[in-house]
Amino acid sequence: MHNFTPFASLLGGVLIGLSASALLLLDGKIAGISGILAGVLKPVKDDWVWRACFLAGLFAGGLLLGKFLPGAFDFGLIRPLPLLALAGLAVGFGTRLGSGCTSGHGVCGVSRLSPRSLAATATFIFTGALTVYLLNHLAGGSL
Amino acid sequence: MKGLATSFISGVVFALGLGISGMTRPVKVIGFLDFFGAWDASLAFVIAGAIGVYFVAYRFSRTMPSPLLAPDFSLPKRSDIDSKLVLGAAIFGFGWGLGGFCPGPALTSLASGTPAVAIFVAAMALGMYVHSRVSEIRAEASAFAAAPAGGMQDA
Repeated sequence: MHNFTPFASLLGGVLIGLSASALLLLDGKIAGISGILAGVLKPVKDDWVWRACFLAGLFAGGLLLGKFLPGAFDFGLIRPLPLLALAGLAVGFGTRLGSGCTSGHGVCGVSRLSPRSLAATATFIFTGALTVYLLNHLAGGSL
Repeated sequence: MKGLATSFISGVVFALGLGISGMTRPVKVIGFLDFFGAWDASLAFVIAGAIGVYFVAYRFSRTMPSPLLAPDFSLPKRSDIDSKLVLGAAIFGFGWGLGGFCPGPALTSLASGTPAVAIFVAAMALGMYVHSRVSEIRAEASAFAAAPAGGMQDA
């Protein structure tokens, strides 16, 4: 537990919760990032502009982080590029097939006690942990 | 118009939350998923913070006739757990554990200008495109298969 950051993580989590809450209470939308992105990549009439605005905000927030909290981009562990590309493919395909990711299922759906989101969240944490276990213990953490 | 400004601001706050919490750092994400190694429990606090706030907000929203700036709530209505949901989540989890990025942190980290992140995001967009193409092809195939029977058919 050498990198344990409970306070920063709790604060960040509260901000994520506030952002998702604002989107719900003001605009009536679910803050599911994979769904928001998919709706911009394959736009539906009258339903893509708010998504593009949210994503622009995400990028603008990233620029602020780069300026005021550059440690946020101290990635610490970047897999070799072919593995990273494979990971990206799996994240893109999997989040669409499973209708959501960490934000839509993990935060919004779990808070709503949605059975689908509870099942999805348990599943992706399990396969994520399994993948890390196999990489660390079979590949010896060399990747 | 107001709704678009609030979407933008929500995005900014979401990104700041991801950055402050450690979610934009694969080393933290992979550390969290490493339950049988040097487990870093930090991200459990991200989840607790986010769910704690949203749990209350969602219950409050149930008492509102409509959102403040939009005509109605657009919430998912399904409650069935099907194989697509579980398989999709399993594939996503594999990618999450492998790369250490999920969609929000990856898009936020694009702003760092790191080529590796851009490669991840491009691959993620490609994965979404592949899913959309596969769904279309499957829909066409099942429409074709259903056609000779002449009747109404439902998967």
